[in-house]
Amino acid sequence: LRKNVDDFTGPRERSDLGFVTFDITADILNRKNVQTKQSYLNKMVFFLTCIHLQSIFDWNVKQLFVYLSVEYSTKKNALNQVVLWDKVILRGDNPRLFLKDMKSKYFFFDDGNGLKGNKNVTFTLSWNVVPNAGILPLVTGSGHVSVPFPDTYETTKSY
Amino acid sequence: GRAMDIFGDLRRMNKRQLYYQVLNFAMIVSSALMIWKGLIVVTGSESPIVVVLSGSMEPAFHRGDLLFLTNFHDNPIRAGEIVVFKVEGRDIPIVHRVIKIHEKENGDIKFLTKGDNNEVDDRGLYKDGQNWLEKKDVVGRARGFLPYVGMVTIIMNDYPKFKYALLAVMGAYVLLKRES
Repeated sequence: LRKNVDDFTGPRERSDLGFVTFDITADILNRKNVQTKQSYLNKMVFFLTCIHLQSIFDWNVKQLFVYLSVEYSTKKNALNQVVLWDKVILRGDNPRLFLKDMKSKYFFFDDGNGLKGNKNVTFTLSWNVVPNAGILPLVTGSGHVSVPFPDTYETTKSY
Repeated sequence: GRAMDIFGDLRRMNKRQLYYQVLNFAMIVSSALMIWKGLIVVTGSESPIVVVLSGSMEPAFHRGDLLFLTNFHDNPIRAGEIVVFKVEGRDIPIVHRVIKIHEKENGDIKFLTKGDNNEVDDRGLYKDGQNWLEKKDVVGRARGFLPYVGMVTIIMNDYPKFKYALLAVMGAYVLLKRES
């Protein structure tokens, strides 16, 4: 689902605005081998797994900052990445995420009109490990979903 | 009493000893400066260690935490990274997360940042009319962190008298310390 509207969050030019809804099922604890599956229409179902050997929440992990980012390429820019949604998981919180029908937290504006007919828009889940003290690694979950965006704009408001 | 002893010490210390103490002090200061410059070169960042000044990245970082930065230019900026940047015309470095990047084939990149704990992105913080940040605005990328340690800097900033007292004590200690 995509519209072309004024990017009212920033530059005042017409840019493509993408709307996505998604489910996130993430078991950031397990090493189970899992695939990604795309449901129908705009819904994407993620099954993601942690690639570390042991439980990611050890004594030195204060929290995880988990975020869903989308990556795609357009004529104007060779690489675009937009963070659509994020969440903080503190040590002690349930590291298994079962979120359904989520809407993106942040507006998915392109810099220009590159979302129309874009064949390859890839969604990945990543997280930043925040220790009690020490190194701050950024980890990308294994498993990603690629979605083609439609060739036409939606003119009706249905978000 | 104690005060008279110190004055007695000072008078009895002959010139050579005084020069020796001053040189000792100068060496300590020079070594510290060399280590700092060395860090700047090795990390590629003009400010390799920064103190977190606000709560905009809570609960990850709190006021007073210390961050260690690197700024390698061939390391591309990607969404999700924590960057420290300066807005043109302002001296205060800001520590926030990159939430949007648009990079051209030749490597030119423009990106948007937001504090984890803020509702809105940083466009309100940028210069008037500025909508994106560029590589030149970046002081470094946060690679490691230590909690609380930077509080000393914040206290010294907020209470200058504390800073002078600390310097005076340090100076007196170095000048009067005897090597046995």
